[in-house]
Amino acid sequence: MDISNYLYLSVILFTIGATGVLVRRNAIVIFMCIELMLNAANLALVTFSRVAGNLEGQVASFFTMVVAACEVVVGLAIIVTIYRSRRSASVDDASLLKS
Amino acid sequence: MRTSSLLVYLIALPLFSSAFLLLLGRIADKWGHILATLITASTFVIGAYEFMKMQGQAGESRAVTQKLFEWISVGSLKVNASLLLDQLSICFVLLITGVGTLIHIYSIAYMSHDKDRRRFFAFLNLFIAAMLLLVLGDSYLNLYIGWEGVGLASYLLIGFWNHNPTYAVASKKAFVANRVGDVGLSLAIMICFAQFGTVSFEGVKAGAHGASSAAIAGIGAMLLLAACGKSAQFPLQSWLGDAMAGPTPVSALIHAATMVTAGVYLISRSNFIFDASSTARLLVVIVGAITLLFGAIIGTAKDDIKKALAASTMSQIGYMILATGLGPVGYAFAILHLLTHGFFKAGMFLGAGSVMHGMDDEVNMRKYGGLAKLMPITAVTFGLGYLAILGVPPFAGFYSKDKIIEVAFNAGGLKGILLGGAALLGAAITAFYMTRVMVMTFIGARRWKAGSHPHESPILMTLPMILLAFGSVASGFLLSNGSALVHWLEPVVNSQNVEEGKPLMPALVVSLLALGVVVIGAAFAIIKYRTVSDVAPENVSEFTKAARKDLYQDILNDRLLVAPGTLLTAGLVRADDRVIDGGVRFVGSFLGATSDALRKVQNGFVRSYALLMLAGLVITVIAVWVIGA
Amino acid sequence: MFNQSLALGQTATPEAVQFWILAPIAVIAALGMLFMKKAVHSALLLASVMVILAIFYIAQDALFLGIVQIVVYTGAVMMLFLFILMLVGVDASESLVENIKGQRGASILAGLGLGGLLLSLVARASVNQPAAGLKLVNQTGNVQSLAGQLFTQYVWAFEVVSALLITAALGAMVLAHSTKPAVRNKQRDLSIARFRGKSLADAAGLPGSGVFARHNAVDVPALLPDGTPAPTSISATLKARGDVISPAPFALEHSEEVEE
Repeated sequence: MDISNYLYLSVILFTIGATGVLVRRNAIVIFMCIELMLNAANLALVTFSRVAGNLEGQVASFFTMVVAACEVVVGLAIIVTIYRSRRSASVDDASLLKS
Repeated sequence: MRTSSLLVYLIALPLFSSAFLLLLGRIADKWGHILATLITASTFVIGAYEFMKMQGQAGESRAVTQKLFEWISVGSLKVNASLLLDQLSICFVLLITGVGTLIHIYSIAYMSHDKDRRRFFAFLNLFIAAMLLLVLGDSYLNLYIGWEGVGLASYLLIGFWNHNPTYAVASKKAFVANRVGDVGLSLAIMICFAQFGTVSFEGVKAGAHGASSAAIAGIGAMLLLAACGKSAQFPLQSWLGDAMAGPTPVSALIHAATMVTAGVYLISRSNFIFDASSTARLLVVIVGAITLLFGAIIGTAKDDIKKALAASTMSQIGYMILATGLGPVGYAFAILHLLTHGFFKAGMFLGAGSVMHGMDDEVNMRKYGGLAKLMPITAVTFGLGYLAILGVPPFAGFYSKDKIIEVAFNAGGLKGILLGGAALLGAAITAFYMTRVMVMTFIGARRWKAGSHPHESPILMTLPMILLAFGSVASGFLLSNGSALVHWLEPVVNSQNVEEGKPLMPALVVSLLALGVVVIGAAFAIIKYRTVSDVAPENVSEFTKAARKDLYQDILNDRLLVAPGTLLTAGLVRADDRVIDGGVRFVGSFLGATSDALRKVQNGFVRSYALLMLAGLVITVIAVWVIGA
Repeated sequence: MFNQSLALGQTATPEAVQFWILAPIAVIAALGMLFMKKAVHSALLLASVMVILAIFYIAQDALFLGIVQIVVYTGAVMMLFLFILMLVGVDASESLVENIKGQRGASILAGLGLGGLLLSLVARASVNQPAAGLKLVNQTGNVQSLAGQLFTQYVWAFEVVSALLITAALGAMVLAHSTKPAVRNKQRDLSIARFRGKSLADAAGLPGSGVFARHNAVDVPALLPDGTPAPTSISATLKARGDVISPAPFALEHSEEVEE
């Protein structure tokens, strides 16, 4: 089996995550799709690390995970705050910038 | 060539006086008219002085020049602003300043009730200055400046009472008709420059022999067009009747004695052109003959005294133009008739003004009648002018008009018979309508409207009329005694000393013929107008109806020129609004509409922004890929 | 684990089998996460995708990363998601009707475009060296090698990321903190409120429960000193149901004396 299959899988997961961000309305689900994209990127990094024979890809993946964790923490806190003031978790309701 | 330093004052004095009176405004109201009259009188003095000096010289060296400054020096075109006073110009200078001064004096009384009297005198002075520049210019371009100046002054003076919309329209009509003529003069100057490389009279005279006949004919035709415009000849004659909207002194000075004669001056001054082209001469005599009959016919149907006199002016100038087209011998007689006409026509116009003044500004002759007893001086001076215009000996018109008829007959062949016949017919009709004017105004039953007290005019008005009446009586004899004027003008207009051709019939026969048709015409009028109805009768012949409508010239002008012009202007305005302004507005509204549509992209939804980001990313990656490939 | 020397860019058959079983499941789970109405379902599907990815990491000799994926990502991050879902509304289901015109179509188009683009990019790229595998690197063990890299070559990034973690934790605390603290009434405040109340009947505080009780049954009301039933002694539900027994049989004999 071609090693590139992992890369294809990564691309497919990334695309699904990107489309999900655009299509879903619930803020938390959108966040989850973003996590999916990050994971897809991680998969690609690990695959490259294996191909290259060094650990650089894995280190990058590690950092990605850490940053993703921080991002999830802060992002969900924001979502909770917005929910508290607006009682709604739909991103379409935060449309005050409309012209 | 002698030089003089006085010539410039002839123009500068009235010009500065005019500017002075206009700029000072109401301050000068009390004494403005006195200043203007004195200035004009001083120009007459200067003119008379120059004339006397000129008489002391021999024939060839009578001309005087004065160079003011070098005006145009562009490439091969060199025009100096200089003045030329020769035998031809001095006649005009004396006429303009002399008659002008008399009319200034008349206007002091005539316009005494008008609050804008100072402005009137300023415009009169402007006219004097421009007309003098016209006759004193030594090149066609200098003449053109004066030409335009008199056009402007005429416009200002015809429309002097411009609060009345009819008068304002009349002044516009005069200006526009003049403009058509001015195009002719411009083209003539251009052809002169193209052909001879110079526009001065001397230069063109020198080059006239060698030029191609087509060019000379072209110049002549264009000069004739200019003369038609300024002198109200066919086909540009429609403005003269309407120009009577101006105050009577204006009609007397400008539209009888001086400005309308500028065309005759132009043709006389350009004698070397016309002598070199028989085509141009033919055109000139045709125009002259048509106009003299045209004016006479119109004059028979006019009830407005000023319009009748205007038609008469048109006809008399037709005589002058006819004379100028008859070769080197004709110019002197044209000028002779011009000078005598200046006296008797101005006198008659001033008389008409006096009658109007006494009849509360009524102009309809059907409301006059029997005024001779109450306005004796006016009646006598008017009557002397009437006899002069008829050509009754020994008054002025007899000498000038008969000479023209004679020269017309002597032109030879069929042309001579036709032209002479037309001139005789014109004389008959002139007698008819002038007698009509006399009878309707001064003799017969009183048809006045209620409340009129006709009275004689004040001395300031009657004095000029009396002085002009002297001219009507004596000027003809004085100028033609011993062919004085002919010899005086010879060096200018007839330098080759061409003799008159063999006469068709003896001069006496011509005079008797002329007198005969005049008597017939006058008698006819006296019989017809024994009783005059005070309202114009409706059931008249078609001929009369056509004459009342100026022989349909106005309608023709309207249909031929005004209507298409209005259509063109309206079309251009629409095009300007729709296409040009529309284009500009379209840019604005297009931008607005696009912005409006683009604004909808900002719908406030995060997801559509995310979509745009993703789309942008895809495009960027493709772009990088394609470019890198 | 299975890094045997292979032909250029190839993997061993067991890994292939594992891939071809788990990869479709991952894709289907991801798609399912996209289409689920309830957010909790999406979360669970995502968790399953993450576990599958952890398996892939382990299969590719990234042992530490695989375990960290399960512990941190699936364990901590997804659980965090589920907690927040619980706060926000577990049973809130989103309608699948799209209200921005053209968004769905354009999104699918953009997604397909992106996917196609990236797939074709990957397809064009060629893996020019044999998959070196991590056998050499992992000689001292994956964790040790990773640590060696992390604390020597990437120590600066490591320190910055730690600062980020601290900042994120602080940020979460600040964001989650309510702006207006609830007013806690102290004893003094409560006493003042009692004495300023409408009537002084409760000024000394209510009696303890059971003081006025006549019976130990739930549906028998307690009697106040004047013989009337105390309204607060019976559950409102019972009152609404009408299951209240009259207290008369339980009244004391002395109560007639009190009425005098």
